[in-house]
Amino acid sequence: MTAQPFTAEEVARIRADFPILTRTVRDGVPLVYLDSGATSHKPVQVLDAERDFYERLNSAPHRGAHALSEEATAAYEGARERIADFIGARPQDVVFTKNATEALNLVAYAFSNSPHPDIPGSERFALGPGDEVVVTEMEHHANLVPWQELARRTGATLRWIPVSDEGRLDLTTLDELVTERTKVVAVVHASNVLGTINPIETIAKRAKEVGALVVIDACQSVPHLAVDVAELADHGIDFIAFSGHKMFGPSGIGVLWGRGELLDAMPPFLTGGSMIETVRMEGSTYAPPPQRFEAGVPMTAQAIGLAAAVDWINELGIDRIHDHEKALTRRLLDGLAQRPWVQVVGPTDETERGGTVAFVVDGVHAHDVGQVLDNAGIAVRVGHHCAWPLHRRFKVAATTRASFAAYNTEDEVDALLAALDRVPEIFGVDTAAKAS
Amino acid sequence: MDLYQELILEHSKRPQHSGLREPFEAEVHHVNPTCGDEVTMRVHIEDTADNGPVVRDVSYDALGCSISMASTSILAEETIGHPLSEALETYEAMKAMLTSKGEDPGDEEVIGDGVALAGVAKYPARVKCALLGWMAFTDALNQSGRDTSVASPTESHPVGGQA
Repeated sequence: MTAQPFTAEEVARIRADFPILTRTVRDGVPLVYLDSGATSHKPVQVLDAERDFYERLNSAPHRGAHALSEEATAAYEGARERIADFIGARPQDVVFTKNATEALNLVAYAFSNSPHPDIPGSERFALGPGDEVVVTEMEHHANLVPWQELARRTGATLRWIPVSDEGRLDLTTLDELVTERTKVVAVVHASNVLGTINPIETIAKRAKEVGALVVIDACQSVPHLAVDVAELADHGIDFIAFSGHKMFGPSGIGVLWGRGELLDAMPPFLTGGSMIETVRMEGSTYAPPPQRFEAGVPMTAQAIGLAAAVDWINELGIDRIHDHEKALTRRLLDGLAQRPWVQVVGPTDETERGGTVAFVVDGVHAHDVGQVLDNAGIAVRVGHHCAWPLHRRFKVAATTRASFAAYNTEDEVDALLAALDRVPEIFGVDTAAKAS
Repeated sequence: MDLYQELILEHSKRPQHSGLREPFEAEVHHVNPTCGDEVTMRVHIEDTADNGPVVRDVSYDALGCSISMASTSILAEETIGHPLSEALETYEAMKAMLTSKGEDPGDEEVIGDGVALAGVAKYPARVKCALLGWMAFTDALNQSGRDTSVASPTESHPVGGQA
């Protein structure tokens, strides 16, 4: 689908929804926020929706029969419907979690809590020695450490798909890595460092050939490109996880979408109130999904805020957001290509690529690059971005990462490039040198 | 930028006393998990009749930003050959300056080139970078069985010297 990047007037109108973008930082320089991959800002519509909940409806949903509780329940479940609709899902297949990390842990713990005597079908999640879990070398720690821990708890073996020098998954050995022993394949949709969009359909196809479940970390895709879970399900994808705060929503809410019949067969992760059917001193039975996975009073205001964020995205159109970010990414990649002392870590072509750009400046640590940029009011992320093994793969301790959202402008890309030019000056880097 | 004093850039480009050497009584490995900076450090302490325990060597292999590299280089420069009690005073003075949020400019008499790192105190996210080597140093001392609590606060140097 081809959409158009936003015009300067449109971006100005978008920016007007974000009060924080008008503030200055450090010694009064305007903020240039290029760290939306870490967390995006929130438009007033989202802030208003949360405030409105607390001002008019505040009460615990799914508890009690008083008027406020009924209205809060309707607002909470209405939010679920709007968020489900945004990803093409049935509302009952959408589970609210604290964040994407919890969503991924929820699935990992379903495996270690299986088989469960009271949950029919849960044996299909059971894992033990001889079974294998496959991830990739470019995973965020959130989609790596829970699987390492699952392997440790169950005696299963963790394997991983390697990353090529170009920053793409090397699928040449896919058939040897994903085999009859594989029970689950967990892959990131869009890398939070490289920007690479992975061929998850190809990987899912192989996983289905061997009967493995497929879990997708969609944190960097759902906010930036159209994701339709009905379509993904057709390709064999079973779960996706994403967070609200990276898509203009509040912090404290994440989403797990799962195939209905799998959620039905999954044992609970966190247990307590709300998620039960009956409780006796001798034992308990559990509610059907999604309630089974939402123990305790839920994050109602956050769900409502996230639904408002989804409405806000829909108003702009996710395809236009995608194309806007794509144009900014192109501009940045072109600018970096003119600077031979900068090396991009990740694909430099636009195909199957999202709006995060990680790079290193020859001879200068990313922390120092980030500090120079920060001094110019430019917020980027520095470090390993919770993808330490990926940085080891590229033999770099840390990278500087710029990431875009709908509210970013071409001028901001140019500001980043201009500030970057100060780095070799300050640290005495030979700008003529080309590292090959 | 006032953060990047010439002295810091010099130390980070040419870290003093770098490399791992023998003999040593303890070796430690410290990491800054937010950015991946790493340092492996060895300490060699010798008991002397005149000055008590003396820091004979601090050797290290470090990978990190200019602030952490410079701070570790300064650490080696300011502690090697000094009595352990003095080295610990230097540590206390560095820590006090770095965590002062900019209130304590540091005393050159005590921390030498360390005063060049005074600007770091205004950037809370970078304080850990500057302390990485020093944390490794005190850990290595503890592991070699030395008491690192000997620096008496009553002997701390007055704040407000020439920055």
